[in-house]
Amino acid sequence: MPVTKETYLYWYESMLLMRRFEEKSGQLYGQQKIRGFCHLYIGQEAVVAGTISAIRQEDPIITAYRDHAHALGKGVSARAVMAELYGKATGCSKGKGGSMHLFSKEHYFFGGHGIVGGQIPLGAGIAFAEQYKGTDNVCICYLGDGAVRQGALNETFNMAMLWKLPVVFVCENNGYAMGTSVQRTTNVTDIYKIGLAYDMPSEPVDGMSCESVHEAMDRAVRRARKGEGPTFLEMRTYRYKGHSMSDPARYRTKEEVEEYKAKDPIEIVKNTILEKKYADEAWFEEIAAKVKEEVEDSVKFAEESPFPDADELYKDVYAQEDYPFILD
Amino acid sequence: MRTIQFREALREAMSEEMRKDESIFLMGEEVAEYNGAYKVSQGMMDEFGAKRVIDTPISELGFAGIGVGAAMNGLRPIVEFMTFNFSLVAIDQVVNGASKMLQMSGGQFPVPIVFRGPTGNAGQLGAQHSQSFESWYANCPGLKVVVPSNPYDAKGLLKSAIIDPDPVIFMESELMYGDKGEVPEDEYYIELGQAHVDQEGTDVTLVGFGKIMKVVHAAAQELAKEDISAEVIDLRTVRPIDYATVLESVKKTNRLVLVEEAWPLANFSTDIAFRVQKDAFDYLDAPVLRINSADTPLAYAPTLVQAALPSAEKVIKAVKEVMYIKS
Repeated sequence: MPVTKETYLYWYESMLLMRRFEEKSGQLYGQQKIRGFCHLYIGQEAVVAGTISAIRQEDPIITAYRDHAHALGKGVSARAVMAELYGKATGCSKGKGGSMHLFSKEHYFFGGHGIVGGQIPLGAGIAFAEQYKGTDNVCICYLGDGAVRQGALNETFNMAMLWKLPVVFVCENNGYAMGTSVQRTTNVTDIYKIGLAYDMPSEPVDGMSCESVHEAMDRAVRRARKGEGPTFLEMRTYRYKGHSMSDPARYRTKEEVEEYKAKDPIEIVKNTILEKKYADEAWFEEIAAKVKEEVEDSVKFAEESPFPDADELYKDVYAQEDYPFILD
Repeated sequence: MRTIQFREALREAMSEEMRKDESIFLMGEEVAEYNGAYKVSQGMMDEFGAKRVIDTPISELGFAGIGVGAAMNGLRPIVEFMTFNFSLVAIDQVVNGASKMLQMSGGQFPVPIVFRGPTGNAGQLGAQHSQSFESWYANCPGLKVVVPSNPYDAKGLLKSAIIDPDPVIFMESELMYGDKGEVPEDEYYIELGQAHVDQEGTDVTLVGFGKIMKVVHAAAQELAKEDISAEVIDLRTVRPIDYATVLESVKKTNRLVLVEEAWPLANFSTDIAFRVQKDAFDYLDAPVLRINSADTPLAYAPTLVQAALPSAEKVIKAVKEVMYIKS
């Protein structure tokens, strides 16, 4: 299916929002407005943009802790995400999750998860439920290149194939599991080949290209909707920043970072839009202003929102309303 | 009243709930075609089909996580561990996943799931198959932990666990599956978090849960022959834990002996002892004593098994000690 003008415009705006939001998050972390761990998505935007453009709103997604862009991409408001990063009661997890645990049931966003690889069986379970209920929804389960080395992935791939679960596993291979490069952790540096051990359709994808990501995702999702089971996509991407805010990323060269920045997905999409005359410079200025306003508004909203009341402490721990906590 | 086996009581609990709610399914190793490693799920695949009674590969971490994900997305899984010893490779999904999902998501994603299977020793099975992890799971907020001791409780508690909105760890025993007990034909539920006073008494309170209740009851019967009246409490659920019933009893008997299969450090006996000294200090006429398994892995030889485990003799000795009776 050819990519339409609307999709290009969507990609651009969506990725620009992710980029500007994350730049602002980095600043706010420096100001200690955002605490805890904070993992920025800058550089990897094409993966979320290109996968989300190929799925439906009611397709559930789940990811790890580098999750701000996934929430935004799935439609969670910048306000709700920023407020969560601030730990405010108006955040998408009521200030109880923080950066790594964004959730939005309304947007079929099953969260950001903090244990590397822990979300992989969860993603298969979410897909299991869709299959069990007889929908044709497909779960998108994102994971990093580090998570590939967890036992959870291998157990899950086996069962997902055995039961033909409607799930697409999207490995965002940014080259580094925190500070350890893919080459230093394995003999199998072509991560997509892990899926082949389970006879799972698996392929490498240029994760800096929205078109490549979207097309691979489109094929995978169509197959899953028809009951033909899971797919493993290795998105080859790059993060411009360190693993988290505390990581100066001294394990890689400036040249390597510059090499990827030259392939920046936002710039590439912008150039394509201009070449195809889908929009003019005035449109880009308009989008830039809109995104700037959206991010600034999210910060204002987060600043002005209250922290959760102390009496929230014992709420949402159990669904049972009168659970007898030990208080003394 | 009719008598049925413990395993049949569990099967009835699952089957009755599965007939009522399509979203409930059973998943685990050997649960379907093999009819259950301990025959708990015998015949269930025939009734409910392979869609709802699901054999898994030996991948506890994977299928525990698939269960949690399915629960997040609207289903009510019952995940069977062949034993809770094997749950240790899945504990990430139970503790980091199931127990925290509701809170991390600000109340958006409840996880109504039951993890069930046998706990504790079952004779000479060696160190890796003989462990009691009740206190490990019960330590974790977000979980509930149920450990029944007889067929009647097993059925009523499992039915409550299955319809509970929170993740429940439900711990059985290989040594109880064949036990017979009275179970009515009519449907019933037993509320989680309620201890049961099995026997009223005046001289000493004995508290236990799970299959160790057999030891407790045997001790109480022996004590009765010596005119020592023990009040016997079966906790039934250890998270939430029914302190009130224990405290009420201790205020009456003024003496407490705790019996538990787990190792001695950081378990329910220490926890209840804390609670009793705090809330019933002035009522105690003797130090609280406890009988646990020895502070070692369980070795294979029968002499070592016997030396390590709680026994009626050890309980009786402790009771006489708190009653200052010289034996």
